[in-house]
Amino acid sequence: MTRTALVILRKDLAIEVRTRESVPAMTLFTVTVFVLFHFGLDRDTLEGELAAGVLWVTLLLAAILGVNRLFVSEREQGGMVGLLLAPIDRTAVFVAKAAALLLYLLLVQAVAIPAYAILLLGPDLFGALPELLAVLALADVGLAVVGALVAALAVETRARDLIVPLLLLPLVVPVLIAAASATEPLFVGAQDADGLGGWLAILALYDAVFVFLAVAVFDFLLED
Amino acid sequence: MEAGLTLGVFGANGAGKTTLLRVLATLLRPHGGRARVLDAELPGEAWKVRGRVGYLGHEPLLYRELSARENLRFYARLHAVSHARVEELLTAVGMERRAADPVRELSRGMVQRVAAARTVLHDPPLLLLDEPRAALDPGAAELLEPLIGRESGRTRVLVTHDLEGGLAESDVALGLKAGRQVLAGRTNLDELRELYR
Repeated sequence: MTRTALVILRKDLAIEVRTRESVPAMTLFTVTVFVLFHFGLDRDTLEGELAAGVLWVTLLLAAILGVNRLFVSEREQGGMVGLLLAPIDRTAVFVAKAAALLLYLLLVQAVAIPAYAILLLGPDLFGALPELLAVLALADVGLAVVGALVAALAVETRARDLIVPLLLLPLVVPVLIAAASATEPLFVGAQDADGLGGWLAILALYDAVFVFLAVAVFDFLLED
Repeated sequence: MEAGLTLGVFGANGAGKTTLLRVLATLLRPHGGRARVLDAELPGEAWKVRGRVGYLGHEPLLYRELSARENLRFYARLHAVSHARVEELLTAVGMERRAADPVRELSRGMVQRVAAARTVLHDPPLLLLDEPRAALDPGAAELLEPLIGRESGRTRVLVTHDLEGGLAESDVALGLKAGRQVLAGRTNLDELRELYR
């Protein structure tokens, strides 16, 4: 299964490198929203819960762009039929798609977080970077898993551009709450992030539940 | 149907020919009745069929941004087929010189040749072919004959609107009208023409 997932992931990454459709669009969207908040709030800097909220809502909305395009090559070029006809464990398709989305999110955040620190964030981020990276990693896993699941669910529907946000956003509310709550103390310059461990545990639990759920139902989602 | 024979499927647009192929390929669940493919009952034993059918439908099932070789290698890995088989098929369909070009840069006929190579990549005993010679010039059609034609020796289900050619290629014919079987067995051109009236 791992070998098949790697084969599909390599194919997806090769197509993304050539088309540059997902990661650049997600990155541009993220930075543009930061600029919009900069002018919309008429603030040079943000901190605390407002800073955490703005960051995570922006990242979630950017993730929707990636989720919408996750199965685009399968949908538009018939690749899904090719995958369905192959004698493979279909869970490998889910693993590959979730891994691709996770990579896209990490790449976007490699640009978005420094851009946020420069454009909007008040407190110095450098001291809290290890904690922030832990929150990002766990939240990204959750987004990738749920995103791949929702993308598979919406792939054959006509109104998928509407269905993806309508399904995805309610499902990732726990990620938003936990990630924003874990990030908030990091954005007030606090040295000891209060309750960070608890929020990280909630994110890890969310990830585990949805990985289990996705593996259990993904095969059925790909049936007609 | 006995192994090695060709079933020609005929019928007007919307008669259910492509749907039948998709059911046989395990891509659609039959709403009623029974389907038995390669000794497996569908849809319950669909997993036994996957990987043993070659499906050549309206879509080539090739990624436009990847080259012909990359596409075939991708499917070869999914079907646990060697890269040597990919090169062998690229030569067989006369695409070895354009193998590195992205599929989006190939002509329709070239794409169909690569799609035919994809269809037989894993040496399937059963071919499900929907207008397989669409967009092919006579030379290319001849090139594909050993792979997807009667010469291949494989069992074939062939959907075509070319009544004369299809009838000549078929051992058994199936006529469909509005999703129902109206003709089965040996037939002639006049009976087939009735399907389209």
